[in-house]
Amino acid sequence: MAFGYLIILVVLAVVFALITGPLRGARHRRSDLGVTVADLEAARDAKYREIRDAEMDLRTGKLSEEDHREIDGALRAEAIEILHRLDEAQAEEATLAAEDEAEDEAARHGSDSELPSAP
Amino acid sequence: MAPVGRLLLILGFVTVLYGFGASLYGARARDEAWIHSGRRAMYSLALIAVVAFVILDAAFIRNDFSYNIVADGSSSTTPFFYRVAAIWATQQGSLLLWVTLFSGWSSLALFLTRRKMREVMPWAQATLFVLVGFFLALGTFFANPFETTTGPNTPTQGAGLDPLLRHTTMMIHPPMLYSGYTLMLIPFCFAIGALVSGRVNSEWVSVTRRFALGAWLFLGVGIMLGARWSYTELGWGGFWGWDPVENAALMPWLVATAYIHSIMIQEKRGMLRVWNVSLVLLAGVMAMVGDFLVRSGILSSIHAFVPDPTLDIAFVAIVSIMTLGSIGLVIWRYDSLKSEASIASIFSREAMFVAQNMVLVALTLVIFWVTFFPLISQAITGNEINVGQAAFLPFVDPLAVAIVALAGIAPIIPWRRMSLDKLRPNFAFPVAAGLVTLVVLLFVPGVTAHPASLAMFCAAAFVAATVVQEFVRGTRVRARAAGEAPPLALVRLVSRNRRRYGGYIVHLGVVIALVGVAASTSFQHQRRATLAPGQSVRSDGYTFTYVRPTAAATAQKLEFGAIMRVSRGGHRVTTLRTVYGVYPSVTSGAPLGRFFETNLGASDESTVGLDAGLTHDIWVVISANTQPLDPIINKGDAAFSRAMSAIAKLPRSQQGQKLTDLFQLRDRAVEELTDRWVTRPWPTSFLIEVSPLVTWLWIGGIIAVLGALISLSPVSPRRRRGDSDRGPGEVGRLLDRRRGTGAGTPPARERELVTRLSPPDPAA
Repeated sequence: MAFGYLIILVVLAVVFALITGPLRGARHRRSDLGVTVADLEAARDAKYREIRDAEMDLRTGKLSEEDHREIDGALRAEAIEILHRLDEAQAEEATLAAEDEAEDEAARHGSDSELPSAP
Repeated sequence: MAPVGRLLLILGFVTVLYGFGASLYGARARDEAWIHSGRRAMYSLALIAVVAFVILDAAFIRNDFSYNIVADGSSSTTPFFYRVAAIWATQQGSLLLWVTLFSGWSSLALFLTRRKMREVMPWAQATLFVLVGFFLALGTFFANPFETTTGPNTPTQGAGLDPLLRHTTMMIHPPMLYSGYTLMLIPFCFAIGALVSGRVNSEWVSVTRRFALGAWLFLGVGIMLGARWSYTELGWGGFWGWDPVENAALMPWLVATAYIHSIMIQEKRGMLRVWNVSLVLLAGVMAMVGDFLVRSGILSSIHAFVPDPTLDIAFVAIVSIMTLGSIGLVIWRYDSLKSEASIASIFSREAMFVAQNMVLVALTLVIFWVTFFPLISQAITGNEINVGQAAFLPFVDPLAVAIVALAGIAPIIPWRRMSLDKLRPNFAFPVAAGLVTLVVLLFVPGVTAHPASLAMFCAAAFVAATVVQEFVRGTRVRARAAGEAPPLALVRLVSRNRRRYGGYIVHLGVVIALVGVAASTSFQHQRRATLAPGQSVRSDGYTFTYVRPTAAATAQKLEFGAIMRVSRGGHRVTTLRTVYGVYPSVTSGAPLGRFFETNLGASDESTVGLDAGLTHDIWVVISANTQPLDPIINKGDAAFSRAMSAIAKLPRSQQGQKLTDLFQLRDRAVEELTDRWVTRPWPTSFLIEVSPLVTWLWIGGIIAVLGALISLSPVSPRRRRGDSDRGPGEVGRLLDRRRGTGAGTPPARERELVTRLSPPDPAA
């Protein structure tokens, strides 16, 4: 039975360490909102794939030249729009990262100044 | 160790409460640390569940009958292989298996999506905790697997595993089905998260697609294994009986099939958001209904556990909450879910997918209606009306043919639209394949008597030709563009378009399986015959001769078998062995009767004699009748009872030896009675079947599994870039409105588009 309680203790310790890990000493950062760079990159990749699919459909004889021209034009316009938004999101993310870093720096300086000075 | 197990369940429940609270707080406060902590609570729960499961399974393995479920569901004579699996043959053990699998799959889902959908995630986590908490609460407070009987009342032997479950496929069939059900709940929870958070774009669909496909795969494998078990173990001669529990697995599988196809429309075109979210919510509810049917026994089924009213109430409550909550959330978010794009042409892939979705959902609703008809009729008329297997077929047959036909049409047609002048060159080969099949089959005697099967064969030929055409054309384009040899081009074509070509392989596997189903059910020759050794009977041109009986008596079971020779035109085709097995009752007091009589609690099962081939299966099962032994057994029981009474009157010191002698005598009597089956055989009943193309059902299933694995297999990050399946999400919807604004594109971007989007090989 002692072995059984040892199991309980080990499981308890692991569970405690796991779930309190993110709360210990971490700055409680706000979760990201809005469309992220990763979202836009995924959107861009999906759009590229759609363009390739349309190209494949043309070459395998499913799409006529005329239909392909029209669909391909529309898809490329959409892809360009995504690329514009990706540029904006990357710039915004870089600004936020710089602000976060500045905040961290300020917090570090603040806590340093609270330390007792060496004798 | 039972108290440790109980403590672990309680610890698990506390972890669920914490995880739920942390996730909700993290969502409300938008605090990543709490959300992360909640996610880790799911990892912790998975760990706790695994440790608890191992403790319980160890009790089964070491025959610890102080555990009530070990005493009820296993015995020391149960082979090791089955003792390991006996845990999920019990209600309580299967609940723990469910919690273990659900927490494990949820942990995997949360880990893989930890950097995605940060708004959706905490709500999805909280919903996962609600559902896993529901099952854990049942297992902790109402169906505790760690209940024990200690002291002098501790059983020294268990009741043993149900003989029908002593089959290899049953070892993995329940974990497969449970994995399917639990995986199906993961997209459900993410859909709830998306609806609550308002992030109803395509992202959650893309992220959870693999889990829906995984659920589809596991449920499909579970269904096939169950069908195989039914075919080779149950002794009724079929693989699908439209049993409520079988249907319970089929319904979410059908909805998942619809969902896996319709999400492509949302990913590509940003359309069908209401439909997709409704489908995934329906699939989740269906998965829960499936588990409810297994556990409640509200509908009569050979696969269900013993009914438990407490669990019934709990399941009705959770299914109602899931259903009403889902409907409420969809109504609440209806405006955000509306799509701005629309289907441009009925000659487009999206239109075909919508049609296929309609048929799949119609099929699901028909199955649901007929399955639940006994309950519905009882609620309305007060009488339970069992409509049986025949009620399904008039609806299922035409809908199945329609689904197969659409599976052939959709891949040929491109997204958005197809010009009418492109119809003929694309449809010529598949339509010709279907027509040639029709013409050939019209000359086969008896085929026209089964129009649904005939239609299925033609539709299957059409789909198979479509798949071949897609592979050939794709390979040809790639080989020409990249200068590769055709075999290499084929391999690279599939490896770089796994989702598409894996899907085509699934189509091929499913239609092959359906051909097997249609042929074997429509053109099966079945015959019952009572034969004495040496006698013969004919079926479908084969002569079945009962050559001789066989018998065996072991501590575990008695076997009454038969050797059956099958010949055709005087030539031996095969020799089959079929066995009727009886497992002794552990509750009956009849010294001899408990070994033979099922009405005294003995369990029986059949081993089928099967000669499987690519063209047909020859299948035979014995239904041994031990009634001729009854007079001797009754006399023996009376004699042994008298002997027991006499021994009871002897001095205690003499009783031990006398009892040992008596039991040895009883064992000899059991052996001799069993031997009479061979030494003085009497006529016995056989069920004989010759079924065409059954093997193709299993081959088709294996092909479909391979296709699904190809679709699921991850693409390397290098290839994923620029070749991703991931959807456009919110951005795609916005872009639909702003189409055609690329005129002012900066030159650098234009250059990127030109260089990245015009590779010499589009198949790459």
